[in-house]
Amino acid sequence: MKPQVRAEAETKPDGKKSPAKADKKKAQTRKPAGKKKAPPASRRRLAEAVTEHIVEIVSDSGEGAQRCGQSFGSIAARTGLGIWTVEIIPAEIQPPARSVAGASGNRVRLASRRIMNGGDEADLVVAFNEQVLLSRVRANELKPGCIILLESKWRDDPDPAIAQSYAEVTAELTAAGYRLHEIPMEEECVRFVPDTRRGKNMFALGMLCNIYSLDLALAQAQVRFAFRKKDEKIIDINLELLDAGYQWADANLDLKFAIKAARPRDPQIVVNGNTALALGVVGSGMEVCAMYPITPATSASHYLSDIFEKVGCVVHQAEDEISACAFAIGASYAGKCAVTITSGPGLSLKQEGIGLAVMAEIPLVVVDVQRGGPSTGQPTKAEQGDLLAACFGGHGDAPKIIMAAATIEDCFYSVITARKIAETFNMVVVVLTDASLATAQQPFPRPRFREDWLAPPIDQSAVPEDAKPYDWDPRTGMIERFIPGQPNGMHCLTGLAHDRASRVAYDPEVNEEGIRNRSLKLAAFQRTLKTPPVHGGDEGDLLLVGWGSTKGAIEEAVDRLRAEGKAVSSLHLKFLQPMASGIKEVLQRFDKVMTIENNWCDMPDGDLIDEYNRRYSSLAWLLRARHLIDIDCWGETRGQPIKPGRIAEIARGKLS
Amino acid sequence: MHAPRTECLLNLIDQEYAIRDYQSDIPPRWCTGCGDNAILTAIQRLCRDEQLPPEKTVFVSGIGCSSRLPHYMNAYGFHGLHGRAFPVAEGIKMRRPDLHVFVTTGDGDCCSIGAAHWIHAIRYNMDMTVLLHDNQIYGLTKMQASPTSPRGLKSNTTPRGTQLDPLNPLTVTLGVPNVSFVAQAADWIPDVLFDIISRAYHHKGFSFVRILQRCPEYLPHRFDSWVRDPASMRLLVHPEGLQLSAAISRTYRNQEVHDPSNLDRAREVASLTEEIPVGILYQNPEVPCYEDLREGERPNTPGLIRTVLDEEFEKFTIWPEDHDEVRAD
Repeated sequence: MKPQVRAEAETKPDGKKSPAKADKKKAQTRKPAGKKKAPPASRRRLAEAVTEHIVEIVSDSGEGAQRCGQSFGSIAARTGLGIWTVEIIPAEIQPPARSVAGASGNRVRLASRRIMNGGDEADLVVAFNEQVLLSRVRANELKPGCIILLESKWRDDPDPAIAQSYAEVTAELTAAGYRLHEIPMEEECVRFVPDTRRGKNMFALGMLCNIYSLDLALAQAQVRFAFRKKDEKIIDINLELLDAGYQWADANLDLKFAIKAARPRDPQIVVNGNTALALGVVGSGMEVCAMYPITPATSASHYLSDIFEKVGCVVHQAEDEISACAFAIGASYAGKCAVTITSGPGLSLKQEGIGLAVMAEIPLVVVDVQRGGPSTGQPTKAEQGDLLAACFGGHGDAPKIIMAAATIEDCFYSVITARKIAETFNMVVVVLTDASLATAQQPFPRPRFREDWLAPPIDQSAVPEDAKPYDWDPRTGMIERFIPGQPNGMHCLTGLAHDRASRVAYDPEVNEEGIRNRSLKLAAFQRTLKTPPVHGGDEGDLLLVGWGSTKGAIEEAVDRLRAEGKAVSSLHLKFLQPMASGIKEVLQRFDKVMTIENNWCDMPDGDLIDEYNRRYSSLAWLLRARHLIDIDCWGETRGQPIKPGRIAEIARGKLS
Repeated sequence: MHAPRTECLLNLIDQEYAIRDYQSDIPPRWCTGCGDNAILTAIQRLCRDEQLPPEKTVFVSGIGCSSRLPHYMNAYGFHGLHGRAFPVAEGIKMRRPDLHVFVTTGDGDCCSIGAAHWIHAIRYNMDMTVLLHDNQIYGLTKMQASPTSPRGLKSNTTPRGTQLDPLNPLTVTLGVPNVSFVAQAADWIPDVLFDIISRAYHHKGFSFVRILQRCPEYLPHRFDSWVRDPASMRLLVHPEGLQLSAAISRTYRNQEVHDPSNLDRAREVASLTEEIPVGILYQNPEVPCYEDLREGERPNTPGLIRTVLDEEFEKFTIWPEDHDEVRAD
C-alpha cells in the first residue's frame, strides 16, 4: 500500500470516494492564496455543519504541534468561534522521538458557542507519527470513529522495525473503526524546507484551516504574528507551507466541516492562563515579582519579564523559592504589595515566609499554579492538590485569604483583586490556578484598564507621634502599616509575638491579642463576600460543588444533566478561605451534595475504606468541617482536566 | 526601581541627631560582656556621625543573638526569619534605593541556614552594609557548634568535639564573583571596628564585615590569646584606606600595608590562621549594583501602565471587525 494512494487508506464508513485527480490539478493551478480568496463554491457545499468539534495535533517534542494547535485555536477564535485549547505536554524537554511518552501537542475544542473547558474525546486527530498517536488512543482520548490524519512516511521507513510498527498500528486502528487518512506530509513539505521537523506543523495548520473552512487570510496573519520575532525569510517559508497544506487538503481530502461562528460583540483577547496572570500583575500595579523557575508557573514569569520593565517594574529571579518569597516580602514591606509566583513544591518552601508575612501583617500575593503532587509529582500535569496546604500549610495559627481562578479571564482579574485585598487588609492572599488553566487558551472580553486597580503611591508622610504600628482596630483587627521613610513610624517589625508597638511580647495577654486581631481581619474580610450564584436550579436532587479550573466542565455536565431532566445544579467557590455566608443554606436545599475536584479522595468500597477512615477531597473536608453537612466527594488525579462527560456519569451514578 | 524622590522634600527644621536619637526605648538584652554591645555602639556612632535620618534607615536581621540588634535601634527594623535577612534586605533595596540598608547577622544565620542567600547576595552586590557577628557558636539556642566553630569544640550537639574544620567566611566571600567589599574587625578593638564599619557604609555595594565577637556565656576564652597578645593581630593599613590612630598603632605594631584592590593578596591574608587579620581585605568600587542594573527606565505611572497593557492586549485582540471580514466573503 503506497501512502500516496490515499483512497486505499480511506476507511470512511460512508464509502465516499477520494477526490479525483482532476481536483488536485485544479488545486495546484489555483492562484496562491496570498490574498484572501474563498475556495470555490463547489467544495464549500461539501462542508458538513457541526456545532462543535475537538481537534488534536500531536507530534514528537520539537516538531511544533503545540504552535500549530495554538495558532489553529487563535485563527478559529478570530473567526468568532468559541475555543478552549489544552496543551499536551511531555514532562521532558527532549523525550525520545517516536515514543508514546513523548507525545507533544495541543487539543483545540471549537464550538459555535462560548465554551469553558476542553470537552470530552477528540473528533479529529493530526499525528506526525503512529507512536504519538498511540499515546492518545491508549489514553482513551479519541471518540469512536475519530478521524485520523497520519503522516504516512513511516510506512516506507528504511528501518524495518519502524515500517512494521507503522503497518501494525494503522491496521489496528483501521480495524478499530477509526477513519484513518494517511497523509504524505513529509513529501509535500520537503519541497519547502530541508528539515521538515521545522515546517510540517504549518502544513498541518493549513490542512486544518481548510478542513474547518477557516479563512486563509486570517491564518496567514496568525502565522506572521506567531513568527514575528523571526526574519522575513522564515515567515515566507511558513506561509508557503500553510498555503500548501491548505491547498493539499482542498484537493485531496473529502473532509470539510463548518462550525457556525457566533459574532462577538466586543473585542476579545485570546491568551492562556499564565499570560492572563502576568497581564493581571501589570494591571494590579504591583511593582516587584520575585520568583524561582518552576513548572508550570514559569511561563507567567517569562511573559512578565518581557513586559514588566516597560512599566518600570522588576521580575527578580531569586536563588531559590524561599528567597523569592523573602524578597517579595522585603519589597512589600518597603513599598507596594509584591507578588511571588510558584507551584506546589515552591509553595511548601515559601510557607515559613508566608507565616512571617501573616505575623508581621505585610501584604503579599502568592500565586500557586498547581501541578500534580506530592513531592515533584507531575510537573506538567494538572491537579488541585494544594488547597489545604494553602489554607493550613504553615505552622501556628496563620490566617490568610485563599482564592482560586476558575477561568482564563479569572486569572487576570484574580491578581488585581488579590493585590487590593492584600493591601487593604495587610494580609497574605494566595491565588490558586493550575496547569490546565496555565496553558489553556480561551477568548474573553478585552479588559478595559481602570486606575482604581492600582495601589496609591506609598505613604511617606509623618506618622502621628502617638500612633503605634499595630494599633489593631477593635472591630476589624485592621491596622495601618508604617512604611520605611515615614517619620515617627520607626519600629522593629518582628516575626516574634509582639504588642501594638511591635515590641516582643512575653505576656500571654499580649500574645493572644495579636492572634485574635489577625484572625479578626479574616472575619472582617469575610463580611465583604457575596454568596456565589448557583448554576442550574436553586434547589434539587444533587448539587455539585467545585472550585478553580473545573468550573467549565462541571457546569457543562450540569447543563447536559438538566437537559436530560435531572434536577442537578452546581456551586463554584472563588473564595475558599474565608468562605462567603449563605453557602450552608444553598447546600441544604439539595438532597445530595458532592464536590467534584481534581484531587484525591478515597472511594468507600466497604472493604477497607469506610466512613471511619475515608479521606475526602480538599473542598469536601472544608465544607464538612464548616457546615456539618454530610457532603460526598468525587475526585480524579489523572493529571488532566476532568471531562464534562465523566462528571455527568458520576452525577448520574450519585442520583441512582 | 523608581523610589519616592524623598530627597527632594524640604526639611523645614534642621534636625541634629544625637546618639540617643538612635537608641530605642528597649535596653539591649545581651549578656554582660557580649561583643554585640560593642557593635551596637559602633553603629549608633556611625548613624550619628553620618546624621542618618532614622526613618530612612532600615536594619534587617535574621534570627539569633546578633539579629536582636534592630530592636535596640531607633530606626526601621526588620527582625525576620532565620537565615533570610539577605533576600528581605534585597527586596527592600530593590524597591527603595533611597533607604540606608544594614544587615546584622550571625555565623549560624549567615553561614549555615542562610548560606545560599549569602553567596547570592555577594553576587547581586546590592548597596547595603552587612555585619556578620561571628562568635563561632550558637548562643540563643544555648551552645551548639556553628559552621565557624573551631575544630574539636565541645558543644551540646558535639559532646566529643566537632570533627570538621571551620568554614572561613572571608575566603568564602572573596571567592564569589562580584565581591566588592570584604573586611574583618574584632569587637575588642572598638576604634578600628568603628572605622571599618564606617568605610563599609561609604562603599557603594555589598559591604561585608566579619566581626569577631566574643561570647562570654558559651565561648568565653575563645579569643583570649589574640586579645591578650596584640602582636597576633595583623592590622591591614593603606594610605588611601584604613589608617590607625597613634594610640592604636602603638599597641598593634603588627601591621601590613595592604592594597585592598589586590584580590590575590586579600585571599592570602584571609587564609591566615595563627594571626587574625583586621582591616579592609578587599574593595572594588567598580562592581555594578543589581538595583542599578535593574532600574526601570520610566516610573510606573497609571498612564504608562494603561499604555503598556493596551499594547499587549492589542497583540491578542480579536476585533468584531475581523468577523465582519469573514462574513463578507
